[in-house]
Order: sequence, then structure tokens, then C-alpha cells
Amino acid sequence: MHPSTHSFGFAPYRLTGTVYGVLLNHAPALAALGAAVNAAPYKAPPKAPVLYVKPRNTLASPGSACRLPTGIDALQIGANLGIVIGRTACRVAAHEAEAFVAGYVIVNDLSVPHESFYRPSVRFKALDGSCVVGAPVVRAAVGNPDALAVRVFVDGEPVQRADTAQRVRPLARLLADITDFMTLAAGDIVLLGTSHGAPTARAGQRIAIEIDGLPRLEHTLAAAAHDHPMEPHA
Amino acid sequence: MKRARVAYSGAVHEATPHANGLQLADGRIVAEDAVVWLAPFDVGTIIALGLNYADHAKELSFGKQDEPLVFLKGPGAVIGHRGQTRRPKDATFMHYECELAVVIGAPGKHIRRADAMHHVAGYTVANDYAIRDYLENWYRPNARVKNRDGGTVLGPWFVDAADIAAPLHLDLRTLVNGEQTQSGNTRDLVHDIPSLIEYLSGFMTLNPGDVILTGTPEGVVDVKAGDEVVTEIEGIGRLVNTIVDDAAFGR
Repeated sequence: MHPSTHSFGFAPYRLTGTVYGVLLNHAPALAALGAAVNAAPYKAPPKAPVLYVKPRNTLASPGSACRLPTGIDALQIGANLGIVIGRTACRVAAHEAEAFVAGYVIVNDLSVPHESFYRPSVRFKALDGSCVVGAPVVRAAVGNPDALAVRVFVDGEPVQRADTAQRVRPLARLLADITDFMTLAAGDIVLLGTSHGAPTARAGQRIAIEIDGLPRLEHTLAAAAHDHPMEPHA
Repeated sequence: MKRARVAYSGAVHEATPHANGLQLADGRIVAEDAVVWLAPFDVGTIIALGLNYADHAKELSFGKQDEPLVFLKGPGAVIGHRGQTRRPKDATFMHYECELAVVIGAPGKHIRRADAMHHVAGYTVANDYAIRDYLENWYRPNARVKNRDGGTVLGPWFVDAADIAAPLHLDLRTLVNGEQTQSGNTRDLVHDIPSLIEYLSGFMTLNPGDVILTGTPEGVVDVKAGDEVVTEIEGIGRLVNTIVDDAAFGR
């Protein structure tokens, strides 16, 4: 099933397929850049949330196989708590933000590893099948979204232990700052951010992500295909 | 053929140009200002190009690029013809960008340059605003500059690809309060339409309704609340937008 039509048993009952990621929202990930944040080309630490779009071609279901691009050996595993928006969110105050959250999903935001966050190529984040979205869970079934344990496994071996704490912007602040200039719709997903030390995986490997209170997400990576040009449909 | 999508009398309609305004699919003829103009097609992934005219790249002090500078936008940014776009009170440099918008028809991946135009369904005009005060050097151009509510104006018409014989020889221009401030021609695109389709489809499947905003030429100037901004492309359309202040949005 295509995640943009994922339906589930609580409002808003379906996802829109719009997914926004946020870069460097894990304080240790930002801290790891050290003095570089003040040097060229950045010249200052980020002020507004650094957002990116995972376009609809990236959306994939659990069990899918994301294909590596030709010439790329490994993809970075971006284990994320995905926040499912429950109702139109515009200019939301932080203290009211929780009421705009319908539930949560585990999302693996796969990307081609890149060192520079200045103006990276969109192909690092927009590969087909590179946004694997798990089954939504209603908000009440999950504990404090800013204190959930996150575990990542590759071929069954633990490769990352992290949690959703230490965010530059915890969930409520993130939604407030985003919706100050852009409206989120019911069924949109906002990612809380990948933690520092994101592991990578290669073609043929199985990836699993666990976040407390959510169903485990599993999928695989597949080797690059030969490029078969697709003819336009008549 | 040119088609619009408009809201009128309780429903959304397809409409075509008419001497007295526009004609709805059900036969009614209505004035241009009697309808609410929506984006003229069902908008999928919005793919935007930065610095894709050599003169504009020079204007903003950028050198040669290795690959197209592409960024993506969300659906909430889109508004239609005759809409209003907010200028925040703290902005000192907010500018329009007149762009040829290329709408994908047939889906595809790894599309060859020679086949690329077969994947184009049609065209519309885009005015993709930027507020340079909010520019930061992280994942440029960052969302607060380029992905604002109401910051991407599309329309008025969806024009079938077959009706535009030479999409790479179209004059485009912007008028602010009737005075021309920007002009260019799509022949000056750094990466032309087939190149962009080949490049993008090399890593992402393009789907019907995905739209490529192909970039803007030089001549961007600051616009203020109350300004009428008209972005116009030869044979495609004349897209009108009005800048409003925070008070119009209750801020």
C-alpha cells in the first residue's frame, strides 16, 4: 500500500503524503559541528528550523526495498519519530501544540551521506523509496514524545541507541516555529529529527527501527539497478 | 487549450477563456473577478530551480554550478491567480520571481533527454516569492525564505504542451504597479527543460502533476504591501498577485 493512502483507525484517518524533515534538531548533532557553524559557508548557527521535504516519490511502506543509486555504497539511516498532524496547524502556540498531534509513526529518512549542509544536492534526500513510513499509533498510546528510546538494527545487530530527548526544538517548540510561517494539514508528517551518529547500511542489508510504544519498522536496501529508461505511456 | 480551475457558486469548476471573462464547463460565462482562481492543476511535488538564468546568478553573485540547484516545496505554499501574499512587517527585501512552470504528464524515471518533452503535459506561470531577510546558510534556500504560506503563485491557466511550439523561446516579464521591473527569455535557461527532466528523473520518479519551476531571470526588486505584481509569460498567461501586510492576516 502506498503510504499516501495509508488509512488508520483514528482521526485524521489517512496521511496526506506530505513529509517534512528537520535537519540538526538533535543538540549533540549540532554541537558535533563545533566552531564550523560560525565559519564559512554557514557563518552562524541555524536560527529557524532547517526543513526539507521528502517528496511523494520517496514514500515507501514497511517491508519495502529502497534501491541504492548507482555509485553509492551505503545510505544513512535516519531513524525518526514522525509526528502525524491531526488538524490544520497554523500559528500554533507551543503550549497548545500537543492538541494538534494525532499520533506518531516511525519513519526511516534514508539519505545519501553528505558532509555539507550548505546547499546539498536534492538527490541526497529525494531518492525513490527513501522515506519508509510505519503504521500510525494514536498519541495517547505513546509516552512523552521527547523522551522515547530509539534503537536501530542492521541485519539484527544493534547499530544505534538513541532517544528523542535533547532536541534543539522539542516537539511543541518545533511545531510552533514551523507553523509560524507555513501551515500544516491534517495527515501531514513532521519528523522530529535524526539523532547524532546515524549509522549506514549497504545493499542487501535489513534495517529495523524501534521506538518505545510504536510498532517496529523493518525494510531492506537493494542494489542499484541498471538504468532502464522508462518510455512515456501512450 | 487553456484551462483554469476556479471556485464559483459553491463548487470548483474547470473554466476556459471567453471574451467576457471565462466559461465554466457547465456553460456559464462569468467575469474574471467573480470567481476564486485556484492553482490550475492538481499540484504534486513542487520542484524549484535556483539560479537557472545566468544573469540572475550574476546578480546574486554566484559562479558556475556543477549540477542544477534544486529545492523542493510543500503544497501549503501554493495560491492561485488574483490572490494575496503577505509581507511580514520585519521584511526589508521581499521579491517576486517570474518563472515558467513545467507540469509533468507521463510518469517516468531515467528519462533520456531526447524523450523528455514527451513527459511534459503543459505549462503555467509561477511567481515564487522570496524574503531574503530570512536567508540562512543551512539547506539553502531555507524554508522560511521559500516555503511560506501563499508564497508560490500558480496560474491563471494550464496550457497544453502541444500549444506551445517553442517553450525555450518565450519572453517573460514582471510588472510592479504597471511598471516593468524584470524581463528575460527562456532561451537563457542554464539548464533547459529536457536537461532538468533528465537530471531529476535520474534519481526520482516524476509523476503526473509534479511541477518544475524553472528559475527566474535578473530584475528582482523589493515589493511592498499594496503593490500589484503581474508575472507574465508569452503565450502562457498573465498572473496577478497583490502584496498585503500583516494586518490582513490578523497579525
